[in-house]
Amino acid sequence: MSLALHLPALQVVVPLMAAPLAVLVRRAGAAFLVVTGASWVAFATAIALWSATSEGAAVSYAIGSWPPPWGIEYRVDRLSSFILLLVSGMAAITLPYSRASIEREIAPEQHYLYYAMLALCLTGLLGITMTGDAFNIFVFLEISSLSTYVLIALGRDRRALVAAYHYLVMGTIGATFIVIGIGLLYLTTGTLNLADMAARLRDVRETRPVLAALAFLTVGLSLKLALFPLHQWLPNAYTYAPSAVSAFLAATATKVSIYVLIRFYYSVFGESLIFDALPLPQVMLILSLAAMFGASAVAIVQHDLKRLFAYSSLAQIGYITLGLSFGSVTGLTASIVHIFNHAVTKGGLFLLVGGAMAVMGGTNLGRLSGMGRVMPLTSFGIVLGGLSLIGVPGTAGFVSKWYLILAALEKGQWWLAMAIVASSLLAVAYVWRFVEVAYFRPPQGDAVDLREARPGLLIPAWLLVAATLYFGLETSFSVRSAAAAAGMLIGAGR
Amino acid sequence: MIAGSHLSYAVTIFLMVAGLFIVIARGNLIKKLVGLGIFQTSVYLLYIAPGKLIGGTAPIIDAQFRIYSNPLPHVLILTAIVVGVATLALGLALVVRIREAYGSIEEDDILGSDAAGPTDAGPAR
Repeated sequence: MSLALHLPALQVVVPLMAAPLAVLVRRAGAAFLVVTGASWVAFATAIALWSATSEGAAVSYAIGSWPPPWGIEYRVDRLSSFILLLVSGMAAITLPYSRASIEREIAPEQHYLYYAMLALCLTGLLGITMTGDAFNIFVFLEISSLSTYVLIALGRDRRALVAAYHYLVMGTIGATFIVIGIGLLYLTTGTLNLADMAARLRDVRETRPVLAALAFLTVGLSLKLALFPLHQWLPNAYTYAPSAVSAFLAATATKVSIYVLIRFYYSVFGESLIFDALPLPQVMLILSLAAMFGASAVAIVQHDLKRLFAYSSLAQIGYITLGLSFGSVTGLTASIVHIFNHAVTKGGLFLLVGGAMAVMGGTNLGRLSGMGRVMPLTSFGIVLGGLSLIGVPGTAGFVSKWYLILAALEKGQWWLAMAIVASSLLAVAYVWRFVEVAYFRPPQGDAVDLREARPGLLIPAWLLVAATLYFGLETSFSVRSAAAAAGMLIGAGR
Repeated sequence: MIAGSHLSYAVTIFLMVAGLFIVIARGNLIKKLVGLGIFQTSVYLLYIAPGKLIGGTAPIIDAQFRIYSNPLPHVLILTAIVVGVATLALGLALVVRIREAYGSIEEDDILGSDAAGPTDAGPAR
């Protein structure tokens, strides 16, 4: 069927067309239907693409029928299809949730704009994952980033505006560094197609322009994925954004930047440069450890639950880059599987916190005291999500930590395995802060209309919590996809 | 090797560093955006200057024109300019809203009034 031939293009075009349609229909209900429908179509397309690539074949699509490397190529392989499933799945779950949650968090006349921006953000993220052209990555990265700045600024606290502004400045510096790196690569190789670039770079890998390009790309992408010490924008952005936006961003934005990093390191520059010739693994190891311990420690002393989970996200991103720094198949598998597991966990947690904010009026830990009695399902969901952040067996977080420790032991680095366990103990401390406030304190005095969150808020959140438990027990999908992707990347082009 | 042949790269580096310095060193939100614009302009020069070949013409297919300058960087930079314009517009819109909410566009005043303010997500604006 001819529709199947155009699936790669439809994956990006359907959400892209939904955005101006949402602006044209103006009414919030109609805009919601348009964008949610588009996100579900995108999810179905991602499932179709995943099954097309599950045997190892890559799907290549020439935009405008211009053959690569002269034209822009959309290329879906095992790694991209996994990330596509994650991003479109998160959008498909967050959008029905938004309908109920933005009623209180965003002014009614701005609802249709919220849906349009979310559609654009989804387009950008899907486009980054799909494309096999370096400059196209930058264009889609900026599409997703600009819509993210607007989404964050829609938060009801005035500090959301400042958070969005700071994210704009830092994010633009990061994106400009990325475009400098791409420019140096283009000047060296004469091509923008990633596969063609990899072939042409093979002879000139250790020349200064290529090393400078690698440096610019690493710093730019580290800014986008909030690797310590380029993480300053994240806590404020996640805290003051609307709940649905925090959940969607925590699950997708930084993960897609990590995907781009993995793509450039393995498919363009090649492992022999990154892992053998340069001290990059050591630097990434140090920064990951700093993120894991530093961010977890800071999370323990936070007063606001969203900010606590934002710092926890920084620590979990440290785990992902730690797996990347090993350079082994197990390490890369751990990274990719944690991209998936953390997205599911953190998305569910932020959705639950949004439900708590809707009922309790705020996310300050003092305001949430006694939550366990008033909102039992929400509190229990947050506890389960917290167990996944710690890495308790039976949750998704345990699977990622298992593979990380396995990768560390493979290299004979026992101290690193101990460090991973030690940082998980820090996670126990900040999860306990919520448990203590929710279950061991009496509810606040002005409790008038306190009951469990509405089903519209509870069901999508609990879907993700259930997924956290499911993927912690039944790991065949996540681990097999990640291992297949890692196996394909390592050894493909040394 | 003439020093002049590296003039475009020298200007690129100067603009890049000047732009970044302005973003970091100036507290006024609009001045930061100006610095960001200067930083992005340096990248345009980085792409376009090497595209010009000595003795190269525009890519016109004719017997008398043998060497073509590369037209692709121009296309890429048109896209990058549009991205820069969109970013600037969005940044300025945010500055307008910040001015309405805080009464100031100096970063020190804004951080100061936030430090004194509430510690949780406050009431709707």
